[in-house]
Amino acid sequence: MPSCGGGGACGSNCSRSGGGDDDETRNLLPEPETRSCADDDGQSRPRRLCFKCGEAEEAHNSMCPPCFRASVFGKFKLAVTTNAMIAPTDNVLVAFSGGPASRLALQFIHEMQYKALKNWDASKSQALPVFGVGVAFIDESILSPKPFHEVEKVIEDIKLIVSDLTPAHKELHIAPIERIYSLDLMEGRGKLKELLHSIADATGREDFLQYLRMLSLQKIALDNKYNKLVLGSCTSGIARHVLSSTVKGQGYSLPADLQYVDSRWEVPVVLPLRDCLAQELSMLCNLDGLKLQQVLDRPCAGINGLVSSFVSLLQDENPSRERTIVRTAEKLKPFGFNKFVENGYHDFLPSRLRPKFQNIINEETNHSEVLCPICGSPLSESELLSSKTTCETSQTSLEMFVAHCCQSCCFQILPRETKSLEQFFSLLPGSMMDRVKNDMSANCRKLREQIEDCLLSDDEEGT
Amino acid sequence: MEAAGATAGATATATATADGSSKPRRSSSRQCSICNERKAALKRPKTLEQICRECFYVVFEEEIHKAIVDSHLFRPGERVAIGASGGKDSTVLAYVLSHLNRRHNYGLDLFLLSVDEGITGYRDDSLETVKRNEVQYGLPLKIVSYKDLYGWTMDEIVKAIGMKNNCTFCGVFRRQALDRGAALMKADKIVTGHNADDIAETVILNILRGDIARLSRCTLITTGEDGPIPRCKPFKYTYEKEIVSRMLISKSWTTFLQNAFTLNAYRGFAREFIKDLEKIRPRAILDIITSGENFRISTSTKMPEQGTCERCGYISSQKLCKACVLLEGLNRGMPKLGIGRVRGEDGRRRQSKQANDASSLHRKQSGTLEF
Repeated sequence: MPSCGGGGACGSNCSRSGGGDDDETRNLLPEPETRSCADDDGQSRPRRLCFKCGEAEEAHNSMCPPCFRASVFGKFKLAVTTNAMIAPTDNVLVAFSGGPASRLALQFIHEMQYKALKNWDASKSQALPVFGVGVAFIDESILSPKPFHEVEKVIEDIKLIVSDLTPAHKELHIAPIERIYSLDLMEGRGKLKELLHSIADATGREDFLQYLRMLSLQKIALDNKYNKLVLGSCTSGIARHVLSSTVKGQGYSLPADLQYVDSRWEVPVVLPLRDCLAQELSMLCNLDGLKLQQVLDRPCAGINGLVSSFVSLLQDENPSRERTIVRTAEKLKPFGFNKFVENGYHDFLPSRLRPKFQNIINEETNHSEVLCPICGSPLSESELLSSKTTCETSQTSLEMFVAHCCQSCCFQILPRETKSLEQFFSLLPGSMMDRVKNDMSANCRKLREQIEDCLLSDDEEGT
Repeated sequence: MEAAGATAGATATATATADGSSKPRRSSSRQCSICNERKAALKRPKTLEQICRECFYVVFEEEIHKAIVDSHLFRPGERVAIGASGGKDSTVLAYVLSHLNRRHNYGLDLFLLSVDEGITGYRDDSLETVKRNEVQYGLPLKIVSYKDLYGWTMDEIVKAIGMKNNCTFCGVFRRQALDRGAALMKADKIVTGHNADDIAETVILNILRGDIARLSRCTLITTGEDGPIPRCKPFKYTYEKEIVSRMLISKSWTTFLQNAFTLNAYRGFAREFIKDLEKIRPRAILDIITSGENFRISTSTKMPEQGTCERCGYISSQKLCKACVLLEGLNRGMPKLGIGRVRGEDGRRRQSKQANDASSLHRKQSGTLEF
């Protein structure tokens, strides 16, 4: 038992739902440290105690390790329950990059599933099913200069991490990012490299890659019948996103990206770790001895890199700065798709929570937004206006496509010259083209009639 | 002359359009990309196009004219005070406005308005510059001093309060000085030299501080329209570098004074960030302003209520504006009233608490975060 007196005193056990084995290893880790401190106690400086349980010594954020873990898990759990992120009938896909945030997202989801499983075993009726969990890893090794055997090793490690999360089997989907073309991989590889090469702006290239990653995840989720996608986006990442979107002129669409729920995608995306700081998460990974795999990570380039170092600088100066940035952005109005809207979705919620969600649905009318086909951000009114006027004069599918792109993508992603723009367009993956089709059909009836024949021809090209 | 212009432009933009003979392969691109006739004299900071001096003058002024016309900044016959500090922004603003007023017949009655804090030696140089501007552009100049407005010069205030906390007075008084001066001169509008960099910086700072109310209004080209004298910023879309370039390549401005504001570390970070961004992507400054304009500020967001001061009528969130509180203290011989931890009598406990909050905020951020 750890020196904090177990969960009894600090109350951490109630929210610690992980497996027994996990618990033991976890609690064993900090013990030598606490004991040695206790020995020092009498002679040297008195150590401060955990402000929550007041029994063990503080280790992280003025809390003892178990209380610290409980607080981080508490934030996760609160986000999941108050936003009805995971229903018992769900099949959840966790996007795993190997970093601390997604590693913890996976760990916490595993713990939730494990607890649900135990409850299911114990319940008489076994009426509520237990949600399923899958893991996706997008292999972007074609873009990193790492040798093949290192990549192999990373993938082996990831397989090991996922297979260790038992009971309840979790399927692992490892997809190279070039599979988005659904051709043979070599051809996709060539096409993808060419596509990225045609984007001149370093920041644009990086952002485009991120959009492709999301499309790949969506594809995995759709192909394997998952109905939720869990991302490990944390406060620190979102704070950086807030600033970089502002800098790129995406102020209008910004609130869409930082809500707990984002159902503009075919498979809705949820962000349960939105309220946790990156620092906390990596601390907890350290504490729990969770294995990370960040060999393939690339440093941010261009504007994203600059914003990242700027936020780090501010965070050093004031530890709550990231939180403040996100809180500012939270005050911006979210979009209609930032909640679950399917009928009967909230039936599994506890009855005390249900009215909250159902009222929202009744109150607000859902008018669909027109989304940029590249980045998926909703277009602002001025962008819509200019897109409509260009649409009326444009003939080809390329012109249509460009007319539907947001200002930011037009500037940092689309090539300037007509020739390279045409090439860029021809190289776009099918799933991005599908989005254009969907958006355009949502846009306006008259336009759709004009566009449909173009899209037909696109489909023919694609197959 | 051309060569001199080229060097000046190069220093301004830090992008050397070097001598043609030393780099012959770039000679083809050294033609102005707008008129295609004259030799390019500078790389335009906003677009990185190589353009000649004449074309730069034209685009620079046209852009400001467009901003003025598109946002209906002025109506004919208005009396407009140009807030003149003697720095580069207000100097160029005075020139451009008087020029555009003549050329496009805005029909404005322009005058320069300067504030003299009454700190010995502090404003001497900048007031000299403003006086030169008066002669150069034929604009009447009115200098209002703290003595005129408040009955106290900063030197007297320092004498009364000591070396500590006097920044609070200067900052609070300065914020109102332009408005009070303009009211004194019966102006209909005030224009200030805030440029695109300043606005972008303010957007970033408001995000960093979580100030949604200011975030929603800091990108407005005209503020205080419901108040007696609206303020507007014709340089909203004009880059600081372009203002400096405009200044340096013109013969009439050889020297200018940089405002001797002490930047605190916080604003300094943001400033540096904007400058770094501009290096990577000049468009970023405009993009930040666009973002600031397009933010979906929720209607349910609580905005602080703006009232007016009971005594002077200036906008204030409290019963009395900060300047009146400070003045009262000065006049009653209790200069510490309104700063620090002063307990008010019976009914004013809450108010003094708020005043305390405000002043502690000032201490943290030196009060310069105010736009």
